[in-house]
Amino acid sequence: MANIESGPPVAVAAEQFKQGGRLASRMVASVALPAAAVLVALICGAVLLAASGFNPWDVFTVMLAGVFQDMRSIAEVLLKATPLILIGVGLCVAFRCSIWNIGAEGQLYAGAVAATAVGVAFDGLTAWVYVPLVIVAGALAGAAWAAIAGLLKIYFRASEIVTTIMLNYIAIISTSYLVTGPLRDAAAAYPQSARLVKEAWMPRILPPTRLHVGILIALMLAVAVYVFLFRSSKGFAVRVVGISPHAARYAGMSVSRNIMLAICISGAMAGLAGAFEIAGVTRRLYQNISPGYGFEGIAVALLANNNPIGAIFSGVLFAVLRSGSELMQITAQVPQVLVSVIQGIVILSVVGFGVYRYRAVRPSE
Amino acid sequence: MEDLATLGFIATTLGATWRLATPLIFAAIGEVFSERAGVLNIGLEGVMLMGAFFGFAAAFTSGSIMLGLLAAIAAGLAMGLLFAVFTITVKADQIVVGAAINLIGLGLTAFLFRTYFVSTGKGVEIARPIAVPWLVDLPLVGEALFRQNALVYSTVLVALLAVFVLYKTSFGLTLRAVGEHPKAVDVAGRSVALYRYGAVLICCSLTAFGGAFLTLGHSNQFVEGITSGRGFIALAVVVFARWSPTGAFFVALLFGLFYSLQLQLQAQPGLLVPYQLFQALPYIMTILALMLVRNKGDTPAMLGVPFRKS
Repeated sequence: MANIESGPPVAVAAEQFKQGGRLASRMVASVALPAAAVLVALICGAVLLAASGFNPWDVFTVMLAGVFQDMRSIAEVLLKATPLILIGVGLCVAFRCSIWNIGAEGQLYAGAVAATAVGVAFDGLTAWVYVPLVIVAGALAGAAWAAIAGLLKIYFRASEIVTTIMLNYIAIISTSYLVTGPLRDAAAAYPQSARLVKEAWMPRILPPTRLHVGILIALMLAVAVYVFLFRSSKGFAVRVVGISPHAARYAGMSVSRNIMLAICISGAMAGLAGAFEIAGVTRRLYQNISPGYGFEGIAVALLANNNPIGAIFSGVLFAVLRSGSELMQITAQVPQVLVSVIQGIVILSVVGFGVYRYRAVRPSE
Repeated sequence: MEDLATLGFIATTLGATWRLATPLIFAAIGEVFSERAGVLNIGLEGVMLMGAFFGFAAAFTSGSIMLGLLAAIAAGLAMGLLFAVFTITVKADQIVVGAAINLIGLGLTAFLFRTYFVSTGKGVEIARPIAVPWLVDLPLVGEALFRQNALVYSTVLVALLAVFVLYKTSFGLTLRAVGEHPKAVDVAGRSVALYRYGAVLICCSLTAFGGAFLTLGHSNQFVEGITSGRGFIALAVVVFARWSPTGAFFVALLFGLFYSLQLQLQAQPGLLVPYQLFQALPYIMTILALMLVRNKGDTPAMLGVPFRKS
């Protein structure tokens, strides 16, 4: 901005005005349009509710009143926001690199399995060592599971969309095998693993609620990933590869290395989400450890226009919707799956309003 | 374990192969149309679910399988229109819109099913098997292969029709040109958007029809997520088949074999392998198939790229 200082006062003012205008339009683009997208989705949801014989106004008011009822219910929202923010932030990196990682669900399961395996294995470790160990195991497992799809893309040019989805199914089926077989707690009536050793439990930050330290870690990671993506040269390379692999190659950046970096970061974040669920919430591995956080994370990232800071807000928003939809199911017998419809419409509205300005990998003709 | 190798086992496996391949054949041939026109539709799973649900719902309320199939096609067309408006007219990213279509299909069918049908617990009467004269009398495989319902036989018809339309009509030629060199089509005075709409609608109606087979020709009930990834596997089938409709037919049959083996082997008593391994078989095979083909140069050149008239 050196030219501003050297220019005449009028030009400076004009430049500042223009910048102010640009700032305002950026504010509109980053807040108002996503808000409009959510509104459109809620209206569509309301129409669907009304068409199915529910009173949408009642449903929504009951939902909001329930969600913000007391400390416990707000803590539950943040508890659900934790995996959504983690996965959404990770997917921001993958999507900015034009890697369509649809496999966060499977990577979450991989992280959960690894966290469980480590969390039941040792005795006599202090929590200061054990908790980080469990968390790192989860992140590494998630990254490794994602790396399979990355390697398949680089060495076999196999579409990561298909491979990550297939890896989802394989991870979920493997988890089902593990909790009915090798990891099963023999004493339990249901297929589930043994409970994690107490020293591996993540500390709770707001007793008596279940909120654990994971939400703070998720927030810090969101900021860290933002800095990585937009303020570091490594992150710049990831984004260049996403916009134009040719330009990246021409500039001497390794396309395959950046692809691996992006997909492993997103996998590690999903793996973390899985480890947090185990070490912070359930403390055991079950067959259906995730209610679809991995798929919801896609909507979280897209609504945030693939900006990690934005993903904090969209993650909390989707957590409110999810908590609310659970209440709807209990109090008004409205099937909870309505929330996926709303997510789908949110994505469509976002692209419809042009918030999500995706640049094709190959230029359009 | 000895009966594993018996001829009866092979015959039933082959019969089930064709049956289990049927939804994949419809979806994969549909996707061939769409991808040949340059539109990558990853929303097949959601569209297939819509077909499965609306086929079931219409057949359940009217008692007619015919109406069920029509309702499935209508649901497919509606989803196709939604997808086409956003990808072709708005020119949004096809993968993002496809992901949204999947979410909507999964959520909407589950929502409507739980609201209206879950308490009924009853199923529909599925399409009756028809024996093909003479062929059914073939030794060993006759009974297993040629006593299927009409939906299974219609896969052959659809495959032949797809070959004819894609390679022998001017519509098919233009459609393929739209996926390779849309500018040329535009200069020749034909609307790229119109052909892409056509391709997407063909894709989605076929896929929804394949979904309806699950509820009207295979199991007699709708279950949430009944497609269990078949829409995604169909995407891999298309790549493995190198975007050819006949290829899609045979590759889908190969995947039908994996599904069939999965069911047959799970039912075998005394196997030492955990049953989850067989459950995972179609998904593992999909990945192996993608590794096997690698990606050669015959991908439609403009696959996934929106067309902007300049």
